[in-house]
Amino acid sequence: MDQKELRELERKCIQDEPPFCKAACPIHVDARLFVGHMARGKLRDARKILDKTMPFPAILGRICDHPCETQCRLKESGDAIAVGALERACITHTTSSKKIFKLPPKDTKIAIIGSGLSALTVALDLTKKGYPIHLFDGAPKPGGTLCDIPASLLPREAIDDAITQLKEGGASITMDTPITPERFETLCDTFDAVYLGYDGKNEGPLGTVFPMDKRGLTNRENLFAGGKIKGNSPVYLAAQGRWAATSMDRYLQKVSMTAGRETEGPVPSRLYTNMKDVVPAPKKMPASPETGYTSDEAEIEARRCIQCECLECVKVCAYLEKHKGSPKAYVRQIYNNLSIVKGTRTINTLINSCNLCGLCETVCPTGFSMADVCHTTRQHMVQIGKMPPSAHEFALLDMTFSNSDDFFLTRHAPEETKSQWLFFPGCQLGGSSPQHVTDAYAYLRKNLHPQTGLMLACCGAPAHWGGDDARLASVMEKIKGAWTTMGKPGLITACSSCQSIFTQFLPEAETVSIWDIMAEKGLPAGSQGTQSQMMPLAIIDPCTARHEKGVQKSVRSLLTDLGTKVEELEHSGEHTECCGFGGNMSNADPAVADEILKRRISQSPLDYVAYCIVCRDHLASAGKRVHHILDLIWPEHTAPNPGFSMRQENRLRLKSTLRETLWHEKCPEAEAYRRIPLQISEDALKTIEGRRILKEDIQKVLHHVKNGGKGLKNPKNGHRLAFYKPLKVTFWVEYEERDDLFVIHNAYCHRMTVAEGGR
Amino acid sequence: MSQMKMTDGPVDWECAHCDTPLSPGKVSLDYMGSRFTVELMRCPTCGFVYIPEDLAMGKMAEVEGILEDK
Ligand code: SF4
Ligand code: SF4
Ligand code: SF4
Ligand SMILES: [Zn+2]
Repeated sequence: MDQKELRELERKCIQDEPPFCKAACPIHVDARLFVGHMARGKLRDARKILDKTMPFPAILGRICDHPCETQCRLKESGDAIAVGALERACITHTTSSKKIFKLPPKDTKIAIIGSGLSALTVALDLTKKGYPIHLFDGAPKPGGTLCDIPASLLPREAIDDAITQLKEGGASITMDTPITPERFETLCDTFDAVYLGYDGKNEGPLGTVFPMDKRGLTNRENLFAGGKIKGNSPVYLAAQGRWAATSMDRYLQKVSMTAGRETEGPVPSRLYTNMKDVVPAPKKMPASPETGYTSDEAEIEARRCIQCECLECVKVCAYLEKHKGSPKAYVRQIYNNLSIVKGTRTINTLINSCNLCGLCETVCPTGFSMADVCHTTRQHMVQIGKMPPSAHEFALLDMTFSNSDDFFLTRHAPEETKSQWLFFPGCQLGGSSPQHVTDAYAYLRKNLHPQTGLMLACCGAPAHWGGDDARLASVMEKIKGAWTTMGKPGLITACSSCQSIFTQFLPEAETVSIWDIMAEKGLPAGSQGTQSQMMPLAIIDPCTARHEKGVQKSVRSLLTDLGTKVEELEHSGEHTECCGFGGNMSNADPAVADEILKRRISQSPLDYVAYCIVCRDHLASAGKRVHHILDLIWPEHTAPNPGFSMRQENRLRLKSTLRETLWHEKCPEAEAYRRIPLQISEDALKTIEGRRILKEDIQKVLHHVKNGGKGLKNPKNGHRLAFYKPLKVTFWVEYEERDDLFVIHNAYCHRMTVAEGGR
Repeated sequence: MSQMKMTDGPVDWECAHCDTPLSPGKVSLDYMGSRFTVELMRCPTCGFVYIPEDLAMGKMAEVEGILEDK
């Protein structure tokens, strides 16, 4: 990701766009934040927001004609938030403590003609910048058209206070001094810049109207003017004063008059705010319109504000929520993380724990894909050697196992020498539901084509998710080679992750889901209608089948044929959620994967039905009753959530059983260490699995001991303790040797190594 | 964790090979190109180093995480 890509991505997420009210305000008062404080009864904080942006909040806050309200999002379905009236209430119920903070005085002199709101604003903004201001007006009292406003709305002290504030800031104010054309020319000659404030008076203090633009530039070089756009609108008067002050400052500083001023004045906002769950409530009316809202009334009105923002993605993703920001903020953090040369990369977990499910992209109004950002970042980290070794290793080792001789297998159907089709059940179905692989394979040979071969392997999804392109390529090479040798048959998948991997990385193969085939060929004899006694089931679409409309439909029709009544969850189909397995999330951040599961299982009191075996196991591990569709078709072979070790054992056994029963091959005896018998209590197994330690790892330690490896003994309880480091992780096992088996009490692991000679 | 003392006194474990109680000693631990010297229980005879569970799953795991993010 370079600077340019970063900026494009940041721009794509519109969460930080201004809320509609703020964008429509000519001076961009942060009305959302202001109203938010008002809603919590925090009037002082609300006042600070006004003090920060408004010139003379005690004046403008009372009389603003609130164009923001025309753009308030609530207006679409009812009443806009009464921002103007809330500002008035805030001003009436608070006082300001804000002092002018001046810059060191400059030696340029500025004249201001008139004392209406635009003229006063120019005076204020330039005084703050350190310019000596001289204000002249023909009227006896300052304020211009402000003096026409009833004192009940705008108490005269507010104007007096403004004048005092300016004087304290060093401005000189001269009233009652008629501006004749001669006087005007003298001012233009003797002052560096002059502002002429029309402030709602048609001919202005001079009786002449100069051509002027929005920014206050006129046809005379050092003359600036304002107060004619939008008649007597107070907020536009203030805004014109502000824009003219900016122009005058830039003119005197001799810098660009236009650069960076695109967002001056009302602008459209690209923000998106979902109004789906918004229940319109009518505007609160003040009991006394004369005096405006009491603070209680103001709070009631302010509470109607929905605090417009997007966060559509964060609402549906516990992972995004956990990291407490928007994708816009995350891409910046990721960019910074990548730029670190020396030091700690603090957000590696953020990058590695997105489950790459793609839900964010489907709900985002601009199609922002956090998955793409995280995935390309992972690829980059692997390339530069900065991927933390432990982030995806467990999943990758499992993949390696499944593509080793322990599981990998390709065969034409028994008695056949060619394959029209090739069944690819995937490593997870083989691991969790081996008998269903056998059942489904028999079904395919019987109902689809006798020449249906079999390939046992892992499709490489863990490597893809971990950003490890090299490993993915070598898996694909192996699969492609075997598939080519088989005569390039059509590939039948039973897992949507395999399906999506093959579609992307083996596009030359025709890949079809087993659910499509079953929907077409019909259920195996005897299973039709068997589920009609059951309660309805809520269906779980796997995230990798999000866009597979056809597969989704096939599964539903199969379920209907089974007699199952199917209920749709709110997040299903295109908007389905990941179970926490995708992207190796459960590996990189188990806590957030658990949170996702917790939310998913509470979305319906019904039992669930899944057509991804990992979804079934993950949801079941959180205590939900979940069926895999194959559990309904062949119910006698159901055993949910076997755990990591058992999955590997199941795969080993599946391969040898199939070889022996279908192809009558003689399988070599399992390796010696695998034959070491273990006894592990359920509690110990839970701890061990939680630490991602496999039985196989334990057996390797014991095998090492049996072959002369050293260890410790505890004379008090007779336990032994030994370690072994097969690859990168050192495993410790506490055990007892009893008769012919090993009782395992505990196991733990670490990655640090004791330096050579230390042992 | 450099130079930290990691032993909290005597443990029940003895070296099964040498039949000797363990005693504290300086040990170097390596990970991702960093080295730490710590005091751990070890067999005074053959040098077998005992890494206790709470060290492995606690402090060591934490430091491993920090080093992986470097
Ligand atoms: S609902 Fe609130 S945040 Fe949204 S536009 Fe209206 S005032 Fe602004
Ligand atoms: S977990 Fe899914 S929804 Fe959340 S950021 Fe990643 S891809 Fe998007
Ligand atoms: S859905 Fe998320 S990524 Fe898309 S604009 Fe909204 S906050 Fe940004
Ligand atoms: Zn020893």
